[in-house]
Amino acid sequence: MFEIVKKDSLNPTVSRMVINAPYVAKKGQPGQFIILRVNENGERIPLTIADADPKTGYVTIIYQIVGATTFELDQLKEGDCLQDFVGPLGKPSELEGLKKVAVVGGGVGCAIAYPIAKKLHEMGCEVHSIVGFRNTDLIILEDEFKACSTRYIQMTDDGSNGHKGLVTNALQELLDAGEQYDEVITIGPLIMMKFVVALTKKYNVKTIVSMNPIMIDGTGMCGGCRLTVGGEMKFACIDGPDFDGFEVDFDEAMKRSRIYFTEERKAYDEACNLYKKEVH
Amino acid sequence: MSDRPVMPVQEPAVRAHNFNEVALGLTEEQAVEEATRCLNCRNKPCVQGCPVGINIPEFLQHLKERDFKGAYDVISESSNLPAVCGRVCPQESQCESLCTRRFKQKPIAIGMCERFVADWHNAHDEPAVKPESNGIKVAVIGSGPSGLTAAGDLAKKGYDVTVFEALHEIGGVLVYGIPEFRLPKYIVAKEVAKLEQLGVKIVKDVVIGRSESIDDLFEQGFKAVYVGTGAGLPMFMKIPGENYNGVLSANEFLTRINLMKAYRPNNATPVVHGRKVAVVGGGNVAMDACRSALRLGAEHVYIIYRRSEEELPARREEYEHAVEEGIDFRFLTNPVEIKGDENFNVTGIRCVKMELGEPDASGRRRPIAIEGSEYDIDVDVVIMALGTTPNPLIKNTTPDIEVNRRGGIVVDDGGKTSKDAVYAGGDAVTGAATVIKAMGAGKLAAVSIDEYFQNK
Repeated sequence: MFEIVKKDSLNPTVSRMVINAPYVAKKGQPGQFIILRVNENGERIPLTIADADPKTGYVTIIYQIVGATTFELDQLKEGDCLQDFVGPLGKPSELEGLKKVAVVGGGVGCAIAYPIAKKLHEMGCEVHSIVGFRNTDLIILEDEFKACSTRYIQMTDDGSNGHKGLVTNALQELLDAGEQYDEVITIGPLIMMKFVVALTKKYNVKTIVSMNPIMIDGTGMCGGCRLTVGGEMKFACIDGPDFDGFEVDFDEAMKRSRIYFTEERKAYDEACNLYKKEVH
Repeated sequence: MSDRPVMPVQEPAVRAHNFNEVALGLTEEQAVEEATRCLNCRNKPCVQGCPVGINIPEFLQHLKERDFKGAYDVISESSNLPAVCGRVCPQESQCESLCTRRFKQKPIAIGMCERFVADWHNAHDEPAVKPESNGIKVAVIGSGPSGLTAAGDLAKKGYDVTVFEALHEIGGVLVYGIPEFRLPKYIVAKEVAKLEQLGVKIVKDVVIGRSESIDDLFEQGFKAVYVGTGAGLPMFMKIPGENYNGVLSANEFLTRINLMKAYRPNNATPVVHGRKVAVVGGGNVAMDACRSALRLGAEHVYIIYRRSEEELPARREEYEHAVEEGIDFRFLTNPVEIKGDENFNVTGIRCVKMELGEPDASGRRRPIAIEGSEYDIDVDVVIMALGTTPNPLIKNTTPDIEVNRRGGIVVDDGGKTSKDAVYAGGDAVTGAATVIKAMGAGKLAAVSIDEYFQNK
């Protein structure tokens, strides 16, 4: 069992948990993920490692309530335990040698982008962070990003905080202004990453994307997380989750991400109903 | 003289709609009577056919005398998982294929007798006695049949064994792959409990290669490591349409159903419920997948296999059960394309008819496509059961372990890898094979590891 040491809310639907998981904490690197189960009948869900401290044995995860399992996860409090918490899984992000990078995060994807930005900053790399949210209420990790970024550009869809518009608008402005990046690293909704890549392709700036498809075991066994990358079948759990964005077939990944949409929706509604009954 | 008994089973029409065990086990009278048919041949041909070398005539003699405990003790000298093997071993191509009785009658039902003895023992359980420890720590990576066998044998010799498992349940393919209707999970749990009584420590949720490296294990005081990491990446056909949403590997389909219990109503893990399902492949995994699809409510389930009935690699009993349950076998047929609609859902599978040519490297006649014989089958789910390549995690994170072209760990005759004090066996070495072969490899490695320390 894995104890929840600390829990706080980042916005109305996104929370942060610190979990006592020494095995994961020992080796966890930015870009890697864990798989957890909330209880003994729960499903396995992958979540990216937001921070891992080998000294304390603590691992931080950030999650958005999007379905039944994240809803159940969010019912737990400090001191409660998770049934399973396994990792680190996937390959760490390859950050060695980068001198100047634009980190482009969208929504809860910023939770994955932040540890990368932080690590880059610690390695002496110049980081320009462009983060996008639907509106001001959903902004997360603002101070954290600012602390590790030479430039921090805040976008909201409705202009309720920072600049109005999409992350691609901001990135294009920087590129047009002559900013030269070794790499763009982008993490967020598939549709956002697709458009970031469409933009950076025009400017021929190498772009790394972090894929988060459906998976079960996370160790290269089920094949559920397969993607088409450069015309070849790749498995996000062991070949990724980071891939060269120019090579990823985003349209296929978007369609594949919806395979269990109906079941997931139903399970979410049931979970909400169940807890409403118990809570009130 | 009686002849081979008929295993009592659930009626096909009933079992096709539930996940309860199909084969119900011999009665005591059936088992004892069958044991009396053993000729107790001096050269024991059956034992040659057993990958773990169970002294079959001896256990049958005990069974004949109704000394069930004695029969169990003989089996357990060689096998740590008798209740499992009695259910899933392909006896018809192993021990029973060499039985002297086969010349005039049917061979002795050795597997059914083994299962009877193991089930009797499970019902009259007495805890295993923990042997005195020799203080030598050995790590076993993976809790599938080969890891559990190596762990059990080493524990019996007094080693201080820790098993590391990446998943949240112990048993490897026995819990994620083989369905409840063929191997009830309480049986696996019982076998695991016996290992714990022998002093084996079990650590779940740890991925060796990621959470810890093999070198970390040595630093922590382990003196030898057995790698039984099993099957890895599922194989696909590289034909158009394989990433449509209704196409999945048998590993994924079965893991959702078995490990994640998606066969139970209102379970958290979703699984595709096909109306018309095609399973591609002819092995045990293909049989498990097609029969699981049927039990989830599919109206029509096809097996698409490129060779003929004769070459079907599945265990005979599973094939016969599948036929009885109404699975539609399309032999000498191979998919060339999966068709889908604008919503990315599968609508059909295009197949080509095959004929058998000259024998290939595997000794089986090579299937050749018949030009112009393509035809479409209307399906909404396609399950690929084509085998797996060995799990790449250890290979990718332990560069000093040599692997072959297919990613299998290279071992010598004793199961030793190119890295000092590291042994390996099972699917991680051979690629997809059987439970009993993996157990045989675990057994062999346990002997080698023991010799390694004896000679030190």
